[in-house]
Amino acid sequence: MQHEEDFDANLAGEDKSSEEAKSRWFKRIKKGITTSTAEKKEAPDGLWMKCPNCKYTCTVLELKENLFVCPKCNYHHRIGSHEYFNILFDNQEYEELFDNVRSVDFLQFKDLKPYNKRLEEAYSKTGLNDSLSVGAGKLHGHDLVICCSDFNFIGGSLGSVMGEKIAKAVDYAIEHQSPLMIISKSGGARMMESAFSLMQLAKTSGKLSQLSDAKLPYISLCTDPTYGGTTASFAMLGDVNIAEPGAMIGFAGPRVIKETIKKDLPAGFQSSEFLMDHGFLDCIVDRKELKDKLAALLTLFKS
Amino acid sequence: MPQFKQRQFLDFEKPVKELFEQLAQIKEIAEKNPTVDYTSSIQQLEQSLLERRKEITKHLTPWQQVQLSRHPDRPYTNAYIKRMLTDYIEFFGDRNVRDDKAIVGGFGLLDGETVMIIGHQKGINTKMRQLRNFGMANPEGYRKALRLMRLAEKFNKPVITFIDTPGAFPGAEAEERGQGEAIARNIYEMMRLKVPVICVIIGEGASGGALGIGVGDKVLMLQNTWYTVISPENCSSILWRSWEKKEVAAEQLKLTSTDMKSFGLVDEVVEEPYGGAHWNYEEAAESLKQVLVRLLKELKKIPAEERINNRINKYSKMGFWEEVEE
Ligand SMILES: [Zn+2]
Repeated sequence: MQHEEDFDANLAGEDKSSEEAKSRWFKRIKKGITTSTAEKKEAPDGLWMKCPNCKYTCTVLELKENLFVCPKCNYHHRIGSHEYFNILFDNQEYEELFDNVRSVDFLQFKDLKPYNKRLEEAYSKTGLNDSLSVGAGKLHGHDLVICCSDFNFIGGSLGSVMGEKIAKAVDYAIEHQSPLMIISKSGGARMMESAFSLMQLAKTSGKLSQLSDAKLPYISLCTDPTYGGTTASFAMLGDVNIAEPGAMIGFAGPRVIKETIKKDLPAGFQSSEFLMDHGFLDCIVDRKELKDKLAALLTLFKS
Repeated sequence: MPQFKQRQFLDFEKPVKELFEQLAQIKEIAEKNPTVDYTSSIQQLEQSLLERRKEITKHLTPWQQVQLSRHPDRPYTNAYIKRMLTDYIEFFGDRNVRDDKAIVGGFGLLDGETVMIIGHQKGINTKMRQLRNFGMANPEGYRKALRLMRLAEKFNKPVITFIDTPGAFPGAEAEERGQGEAIARNIYEMMRLKVPVICVIIGEGASGGALGIGVGDKVLMLQNTWYTVISPENCSSILWRSWEKKEVAAEQLKLTSTDMKSFGLVDEVVEEPYGGAHWNYEEAAESLKQVLVRLLKELKKIPAEERINNRINKYSKMGFWEEVEE
C-alpha cells in the first residue's frame, strides 16, 4: 500500500488530509469535555463510504460488520479506541477506566493557536477526553486491560494524560493480575507539552518494567500510523509486538527521512511488512483474526 | 579555551570579541618587546574580558541559549573525559552492525574510582563532524551504549552519560535497523540498571535521541544547554509551518536549564565558566567533576533495589494532568 501522509500535520492538531481513511464516520457529536462513553455518537449506518485504497463503495453498516476492513482489498480503515474495544471485548462489554484524567495547559503553550484552544477543539471534534482510552473487560473469557489511542485527537499524540493513563493501567493490571495490551496509533509526542511529553517515554517504559516484574504479559499492537515517541517507547516494548497489515510504523517520519537522505524511499518502506522483515514484529494480524489470535496468545502465556 | 584553532564568535558575543582580539594583540606585542612591561595593561584587559563574559550569559534569550549550546568551540564528551578521568579506555562497537562514532564510551577512573562513561560525540572539525555524524546516533550507537551499561552493571560500576545531540539520525538505514526499538530498549533498560546512573546534558538535548542515553537517578544540565522533545527549528516547521519561528518556538518550549530545573524535570544545573564552557575547558570539566563525585557518593549509599524504585517513581510523577470529579 502506497500512501504518503504528513503525520506532522496531525500532530499540529490539523486535519488536512482529504483521505477518507481519516474515519470521519466516527466524528462524535459535540458534548463538551464531560461527554461520557454512552453519549458518544456513532456514524449513521446508512452512509456510503468509499475505500481510499481500491475505491470500493459500501455502506457504513457493511463496513462495520466487516470490522472496518475493506471487503474488497482488505484495507484496514483507521478506527478509534471504542471501536477496538467493541471488536475485542466479549459482548462489547467493558469498563472504561481513568477517563477523568485531563490535560492541563501548564506551560500555556501557544503556536499558531493556544494549546488550550486546540484541546477544546479536539474535545468537541472527537467527544473524547484525550488521545488514549483505557478499557478493562474479557476477551474470550481472558481478563484484559487495553489502552488504545485515538488518532483523531491531536494526532494520537503522546502527552502527560496518555502517560498517566498508561501508568494507571499498569497499576490496575498488576492489582488485578491481568495482561495488558496497548494499541498505538500516533504521530508522536505532543509538542505542546514540551519536555513533559518527552518524559512520558521514560514514565511509560518504567511502568512497563514493573508489569514485567509482576510476570504479566504485555502485548503491543501497532496500527496505522505508529511514529516518534510512541515507537521509541511502549510500541516497541511488547513481549509480543503485533501490527495490522499495511500500517506505517517508524521513528522518523517519511518526510524527514526523505529530506535527510535526499532520495525517494522504496515502496513499502516503514510498512508493517517491512518491520516484520527486519525483525521488529512477531506477527501481522488481520483485524478479523485479531481477537482469536490474542486469545490464543493469552492461553499460551497462562497454560 | 581551545588554542588549537581559530576562535569563533556568535553574534551576541561581539562585545567580548573586540576585547579578546585586543588582548591577543597586546600579548603578541609584549612577546616581541620583552624589554617593555605590559603586565598591567594585560591584566586590565583580562579583567574587563572576564566582566564582559559574565555579562553575556546573564540575559540570553532562549534561542541564544540554544545557539550557545551549539557553539562550535564548545567542549564535547571527549574533551570532558580527557580532563575528568584518568586511565580511560575506550570501547567500540555494538557487536552486531558496526561501531557508531556518534556515541563514545569506556571505563575510566573518576576521583580514583572506576566509572563507565558514555556520551554523544560531535566532531571538532569539518572532517570529524562528518565522521561523528554531527552527534546523531544510529541504532547501533544506542545498542553500543546499552552494551557498555551492561558491562558496568556486571562489574558494579556507576554509569555516567553525556548528552549532546540534535536528535537520533533520521536515515533510512536507521529505520531498517530499528531506531525506535533501540531507543525504547535503552530507556527501558536504563530504568532498571542496578548501578547508579547520572546523566548530564552538556550541549543539545533533543528528543528521543537524548533520552536514549538519558534515564538516570540524577539528571543534570550544564547552564547553557537545552533539553526538550524537539529542536526549536523542527518545532517551528511543524507547528508554525515555517522555519522562521525558531526563536518563538525556543521561548514556547521552555527548554532552558533554568526552566527544566524549575519544572523538576532535571535535578541540578551545573554552572559553566563565565560566557560559556568554551571559554575554559578545564574549569568547565572541574566543576562538573565535583558535582559528579558528590552525587555518586550519595547514590552509592542507596541499596540497588531502592534506587531503581526511586528512579521509576521519579519519572512516574512527571507530567501535568488533573483528575476531574465525574
Ligand atoms: Zn478497498
